[in-house]
Amino acid sequence: MSDKCAQSRRNFLSRGAALTAAVAIAPGILLYDFARARPVGEPASGKVRWGMLIDTTQCESGCDECVQACNRENALGSDTGATAPQWIRKVDLEQEGSGKKLSLPMMCQHCAEPPCVEVCPTGASFKRADGIVLVDKHRCIGCRYCMMACPFEARSFVHEPVLDHSGATPRGKGTVESCTLCVHRVDEGRLPACVEACSKSGHQAILFGDLSDPASEISKRILSVTPTHLRADLNLGTGVSYLGLESS
Amino acid sequence: MFVGMPMKVWRFWWYLMGTSCLVWTMSLQAAVPPLDLDIGLGGHCVDDPQYMRLNHMKLLLKQRDETVRQGIRGGKYSLAKCVDCHASKVNHSVLGTDRNFCQGCHVYASVKIDCFECHSSSPTVHTLRRQAAVESHKE
Amino acid sequence: MTQPSRSPITVRLTRYFFVLFPGVFLVLAGAWSAFQMEEHGHVITGMNNQVVWGLPHVFAIFLIVSASGILNVASMGSVFGQPVYKARAPLSGLLAIAMLAAGLSVLMLDLGRPDRVVLAATTYNVTSVFAWNVLLYSGLFATVLMYLWTLLDRTMGKWTKPAGILVFVWRFILTSGTGLIFAFLVARQAYGSALLPPMFIVMSFAWGMSVFLLVQSGVLWWHHLPLEPAILKRMKNLLALFVLAVLYLVAIYHMTNLYFSRQAAFERFILLDGGTATLSFWLGYVLLGTLLPIVLLLTPLSARVCNVLMASFFVLIGAFSFLYTFIVGGQEFPLLVFTGYKVHSSFGDGMIASYTPSLYEWLLGLGGLGVAFVITVIGLGLFNFLPRDVVEKASVSG
Repeated sequence: MSDKCAQSRRNFLSRGAALTAAVAIAPGILLYDFARARPVGEPASGKVRWGMLIDTTQCESGCDECVQACNRENALGSDTGATAPQWIRKVDLEQEGSGKKLSLPMMCQHCAEPPCVEVCPTGASFKRADGIVLVDKHRCIGCRYCMMACPFEARSFVHEPVLDHSGATPRGKGTVESCTLCVHRVDEGRLPACVEACSKSGHQAILFGDLSDPASEISKRILSVTPTHLRADLNLGTGVSYLGLESS
Repeated sequence: MFVGMPMKVWRFWWYLMGTSCLVWTMSLQAAVPPLDLDIGLGGHCVDDPQYMRLNHMKLLLKQRDETVRQGIRGGKYSLAKCVDCHASKVNHSVLGTDRNFCQGCHVYASVKIDCFECHSSSPTVHTLRRQAAVESHKE
Repeated sequence: MTQPSRSPITVRLTRYFFVLFPGVFLVLAGAWSAFQMEEHGHVITGMNNQVVWGLPHVFAIFLIVSASGILNVASMGSVFGQPVYKARAPLSGLLAIAMLAAGLSVLMLDLGRPDRVVLAATTYNVTSVFAWNVLLYSGLFATVLMYLWTLLDRTMGKWTKPAGILVFVWRFILTSGTGLIFAFLVARQAYGSALLPPMFIVMSFAWGMSVFLLVQSGVLWWHHLPLEPAILKRMKNLLALFVLAVLYLVAIYHMTNLYFSRQAAFERFILLDGGTATLSFWLGYVLLGTLLPIVLLLTPLSARVCNVLMASFFVLIGAFSFLYTFIVGGQEFPLLVFTGYKVHSSFGDGMIASYTPSLYEWLLGLGGLGVAFVITVIGLGLFNFLPRDVVEKASVSG
């Protein structure tokens, strides 16, 4: 018995090692602007604030590699019907007057003061110490008040029983869900799936990193540019910000 | 309703109720065959098996909250680990038939499981790689 | 020994069950549809990721707001000492409990995970107005039950006034809380206005009064008792006042929005281009739900009892229409995230969402009305909730 289990552990280890190796093969892309994973057993730290800087000038209209990567990572399927989940979506914009065209990915903005967290009756919507806004689906009763409160339409409601459980994030009927900033990957020291996919596709539109660390690439970049925060009038302190978007 | 009923009848009624309950319970005991579970890979559990039988639900819930809400990874009592070791080699799942590890025991004990509406009942790429990452960290 | 709390007027049991039956049927239909929604998920409803609250919320909010408004009758009796209303306080308390229970049932069964509803009490988020409402709703049950006790038990009579004041204050806060659910939604054009709590309070007065007038006449008719024209006249004048007050607040709400240019597109949608939402606002709320009742209540037409009841009925049609426009129309209009841009996406950005309620939602909502009906009828069968002045008069003359 114990032999069997030890053997299985070794199997897991070797399979895991293969995957870890895959991560290491393309370091320039995958581990770009990223420190190490948080040690096992330690909680997320309040000294870190994860965020994204999205450069709309690098984002190509018609490209949806980020969306596909998210759907693959979380086993969301590619349906875009009115009741289908979309954690990240591509929005095409045309400026009124000038007719200037833009394209950008839109997802949970991981607010510092998230309205979804404030309104949630059970505390299922919460903000982790490192600024990632999540739904604790064990607590979600499916009232959808957070979806009413979110200024970015970032959340989806699981309208049907979930049959495909192969995704990285457990999800189930009757609860609300949204972008997790790939918290499972971030905790391992990897980049969110959309960031990785954008980079792999040859675009460098999404920069991910620690907004609290002045030495991080994202912090340095933000010093030299003026990013736009969506619905800045609401003063939510969004963790995601955009470049090339004239103030909204 | 029973005011005025002779005490003898009253006592007899309770006796009847008690005996029938006892007989009924015993008949249930007799009707259910001993549990024959497919424990998958099995082997050394993360803790004493008897302790786990009694406490796995509390341990899982506690670790679940710590992982989801605080981001503490790599805990000992993970649902994915249960699934990895105890998924049947026949259908690669802890559910499916009344012999499968989780379903079998929960049917036997008449307790509803609320885990697998969201969580995978089979080992997935993600759980495997997460565990590998944890193991490599520990080394 | 006489039993003062028993109604001297009795109804044959067969007839009683005959009345109860349609209510039970509605409850069963609602339960069936809730079960279907639980089994298949919300995909079988018309709701989607844009319109997340649909018809069940229209029914639930109608029931909850009206429940609070019905207590107006009790408050005017016990707090402001008006004998005509005091005689009707027990019926008003019963109806409030019935409608609150019904509204909460609908709200709960429309959850994604109704099986976990207990979490709303065990893991409590203090910043959530939804969570406050959980306390306010259960508190209203408790206070109204206490109040009913002081009314039905003669030995408790001295506590009627304090209990009445408690109910009065509590329901005021409760209706504000219901309005705040929307008032706190800063991101949506339709909501996020401090006008909403007072608007909900005045609406509760109008809707509650209408429900009360209709139920009162039904109950009296059932017991072959007369409806006093003088009493009806007082109540109908008050109803007209409430209906006008609601109209005033709704007008102010839309006028302030029209004045803010960032809200212009939204107002254009609601008032002109919104399809069902627009139709239900103008035809349902303004015409049938406000102007028609005003005419019926404030002209010589109101001399006829049936016109007053018609007016009450149309106020309720207006209530549903208003809530439909407010809740569904408010969500159909897309959120304004990128000012100065035309936007398009696969998730409805920049597009009017569509919503068509399904049979399941209708049945769930109607089931809620059934719950209110059944509780009312059972309550009427068990206790003496009839208007006391009418009953006394009838027993004297009979």
